[in-house]
Amino acid sequence: MFARLPDAAHLRDVVDIIVDGTAVVARAGDTVAAALLAAGFERCRTSPVGGAPRAPFCMMGVCFDCLVTIDGIGSQQACLVAIAPGMRIDTQRGARAIDGAAA
Amino acid sequence: MNNIDVAIVGAGPAGLAAATRCREFGLDVTLFDEQPAPGGQIYRGVTRSPLQDPSVLGQDYWDGAPLVRAFAASGAGYVNDATVWSVVAANGGVTLGVAAGVPAARTAHMIDARAVILCTGAIERPFPIPGWTLPGVMTAGGAQILLKTAGVVPQGRTVLAGCGPLLWMLAWQYLRAGVAIEAILDTTPRWRMAQALGHAPDFARSPYFAKGRELVRTVRRNVRLVEYVSALAIEGEVAARSVRYRVDEREHTLAADCVLLHQGVVPDVNLAQAAGCSLAWNDLQACFAPATDAWGGTDVAGIYVAGDGGGIAGALAAAPRGRLAALAVANVLGRISHATRDPIARHDRADVATSLRGRAFLDTLYRPTDTFRLPSGATIVCRCEEVDAQTIIALARQGCAGPNQMKAYVRCGMGPCQGRFCGLTVNALIAREQRRDPADVGYYRLRFPVKPVTLTEIAAVPTTAEAVKSVVRP
Repeated sequence: MFARLPDAAHLRDVVDIIVDGTAVVARAGDTVAAALLAAGFERCRTSPVGGAPRAPFCMMGVCFDCLVTIDGIGSQQACLVAIAPGMRIDTQRGARAIDGAAA
Repeated sequence: MNNIDVAIVGAGPAGLAAATRCREFGLDVTLFDEQPAPGGQIYRGVTRSPLQDPSVLGQDYWDGAPLVRAFAASGAGYVNDATVWSVVAANGGVTLGVAAGVPAARTAHMIDARAVILCTGAIERPFPIPGWTLPGVMTAGGAQILLKTAGVVPQGRTVLAGCGPLLWMLAWQYLRAGVAIEAILDTTPRWRMAQALGHAPDFARSPYFAKGRELVRTVRRNVRLVEYVSALAIEGEVAARSVRYRVDEREHTLAADCVLLHQGVVPDVNLAQAAGCSLAWNDLQACFAPATDAWGGTDVAGIYVAGDGGGIAGALAAAPRGRLAALAVANVLGRISHATRDPIARHDRADVATSLRGRAFLDTLYRPTDTFRLPSGATIVCRCEEVDAQTIIALARQGCAGPNQMKAYVRCGMGPCQGRFCGLTVNALIAREQRRDPADVGYYRLRFPVKPVTLTEIAAVPTTAEAVKSVVRP
């Protein structure tokens, strides 16, 4: 659904992250949301109320549709967090778990 | 950092200019911003965009770089990746609750300042149509941020829908970047131009006019434009697959993998409103904005608002509005006299006036129609709590007193976005059903934290002996 312009891809270093347990290639300077979209992820969570699929919508920290689990911390706004090497990202199903474990 | 003269929230043009001006008068100022780099949304990532061909984003974008450079050289404090979740004015000062850092090591701090300038900017106006929550649907502003910060663009069949300058700008940038656009579905009704024409002479003298005209011409020449769209629905099971639209009572369907929506922007009022600042209804712009004096001062002592967060006036007006607020603060804090303040202010006001030229034309031409502000049936109004239009309408008909009682009944506006994407829709639906003025219906009463903060983060805030005494049993 989304792809990176070749011009933009060449200028930035490759950064390896892990999404749902699988290695994914991102670029330095990406937010988590940009990295997920560029890597072809169509959704980042299902909604807590109706279980509907959701994806990043506003990209500016307002809508909270891009919530994911980052390094074990649930319901983080993917559009506000910059990726880091080895970062572990998990897409969410429904509401986050509150017992300390990732949802 | 915990005890400063001035705190500024938001690193867009208003915040950058306000901080820089504060430093000119020797004030100890720190700017807190939610993004990784300064620029706000309009100049998002301007110091680190991966697009090295400057012609893709256009000169107006790169014009933001000098603001960032001046700010960086000013000696102002700067905290990025920082969310301000509360602002409380008391005892002649202001206390900010701030959470900063990466998710795994995020900590909260309480910052005491003598004054705060809120430069929270604009957010996309809600666009409640069927299917607007589906993956593959994004705001045009969000898509533009992806382009600016990561060079990421839609693939496949891309449709832009709605109205407003940003929609044209994004289409133009996509053309420059070589992104294929299936169609633009323009929701501006036929009769709007007649309404706006009275303001056209003023717009012809606007700094936006010549560029805007050229941009619209280029897009019209290269993209299929469907005008006078009077209904929109996005279809798909788990993601957008097509857009259904109506023109002159005829229905059409267009296959689409990516639908980018936009019908203008509105002020992000959450922080100001929760801090106790009164809001005022702007009927032409169909939104609420904090009520301010000519300096951006609100009705809460010590709290100022500048830039689009104080009412939509655009990027060029935001910087001088930030400078005006900084002047007022410098005066109130005793750094400059009225005699120093006022001549400088005249220049800033002239800059604001120049950039506001023609604004009435744009506001009138692109005021979204009721069709796209007042959803019906099962269309979702509150994206977080998944409350649909028919539920809101039924309760409004039964006499629900306003947005706050609506919250108590169905939880609309009580999810993590705290009403940012449903507040204006709920207001509009209640106003229509009860034949009341939107100003009278009012907005959600917002409370802190305006964005989620964890108990772990709050627990890390240093406590005073009094605070411990007030909750610990002897």
